[in-house]
Amino acid sequence: MAKRLGQQTIVLDKQPIVLAGAAIVGRKEGDGPLAKYFDEVVDDEYAGEKTFEAAESRLMRDAFIKALEKSGKAAKDINVILSGDLLNQCTAASYAFRDSDTPYLGLFGACSTMSESMLIGSILIDSGAADYVACAASSHFCSAERQFRFPLEYGSQRTPTAQWTVTGAGTVILGKDGQGPRITCVTPGKIIDEGIKDANNMGAAMSPAACDTIVQHLQDTGRSVDDYDLILTGDLGSFGSAMLRELTVRNHIDLKSKHNDCGMMIFDLARQGVDCGGSGCGCSAAVFSAYILEQFRLGLLKRILFIATGALLSPTRTQQGETIPGIAHAVCVEA
Amino acid sequence: MKKPISKHEYQKLVEKKAPGSHVVRNLFAAFFTGGLICTVGQGIMMLVKSFGADKDTVAAVTSITMIFLGAFLTGINVYDEIGKFGGAGASVPITGFSNSIVSPAMEFKKEGYVMGVGAKMFLIAGPVLVYGIFASVVAGIVYFIWKQVM
Repeated sequence: MAKRLGQQTIVLDKQPIVLAGAAIVGRKEGDGPLAKYFDEVVDDEYAGEKTFEAAESRLMRDAFIKALEKSGKAAKDINVILSGDLLNQCTAASYAFRDSDTPYLGLFGACSTMSESMLIGSILIDSGAADYVACAASSHFCSAERQFRFPLEYGSQRTPTAQWTVTGAGTVILGKDGQGPRITCVTPGKIIDEGIKDANNMGAAMSPAACDTIVQHLQDTGRSVDDYDLILTGDLGSFGSAMLRELTVRNHIDLKSKHNDCGMMIFDLARQGVDCGGSGCGCSAAVFSAYILEQFRLGLLKRILFIATGALLSPTRTQQGETIPGIAHAVCVEA
Repeated sequence: MKKPISKHEYQKLVEKKAPGSHVVRNLFAAFFTGGLICTVGQGIMMLVKSFGADKDTVAAVTSITMIFLGAFLTGINVYDEIGKFGGAGASVPITGFSNSIVSPAMEFKKEGYVMGVGAKMFLIAGPVLVYGIFASVVAGIVYFIWKQVM
């Protein structure tokens, strides 16, 4: 059974296994540095569907099917799907799994959804409530732009702190037995709001939450940065990552060369014109499900802390003058 | 001890460290783009004038042509690139106004002609129209009073 350790961390007794992962991304991501790790690159931004929302659901469903295939499990083996995305009412996820005939729990954690789903999924398995769960998250540049920003064809300039919403979906299958890296402990994060109002500077809005969760995790477990091969944040981007360093240093924690960020890994920042890097639920979901799992398979990683970060931004509240709350959930994955 | 920095300090830090816009580059790009659009407008104006049209017709035909060009370039996915390069230089001229109406109309067509195109068409241009018309009414009243007094 799961046990509480310190203030926020939960140690998992059964250590659920990440059986397999799959990621499907869009063309721009397929042109980035991690291209060869993705299971599929979809050139058509509509992915053969009629709308961008349907396209996002399509990516999510296909990534789920692909991950199932790789895990050797059938859809009926999955006890519950935990999934979410950025769209209102978690549209992409609920329509993706409409015909899945599997219990479904929709999650909203903005871009922290991937680690949130893995966190809850691993506790479900540890408690014996589930044998196999699917954790999935997605985002789509075009569906996010129309909900949060401007129409695609509107001619406007992006601010230098802006990030580029990743078109992509990632799914991992967690199980009580099998081969693969294990989830050993998890640290759910608190909502942290340090007063950032600029919706074009999400990295800065999220980095205090990332810092808080990292500091809390290390404190709870009594570990140091050296105990990890990689501390992987979700989508802080280059500026958010710089702010994370500022904040961790003030907490007497030196991330050294151990930190990296999915938003900076998925794109070539200088070449691809994405300003501070990638963002969106699909960013950390795709990078973890494809690249990170492959690194584990190759034996290049032994223990990582995966912290997907979310800006709990509401366009309505931002227009009302409110600030942007951030959140970050940590999942410790070991070979 | 987990919070060695206050909200205020953090916001100051973010402000200080945030990468700024390339002001000089953006100014030149805006000047060039806006200038180019206006030159095209001037060319059309002179062309229409050379056909012997009167002043009002020349102004109307020029505006209509520029609005068409803005809409056309939006429709063939070009105006967003011009806007990305030129910034305000592309959004202030009448072609930018056209882009701000055509782009949501295209985007929200999927939600139907009433709740999509109809309702969302003025998403960006709406405030410009509201305050533009309001300002013109105020200017008109001021002008009217001025004429009565003088």
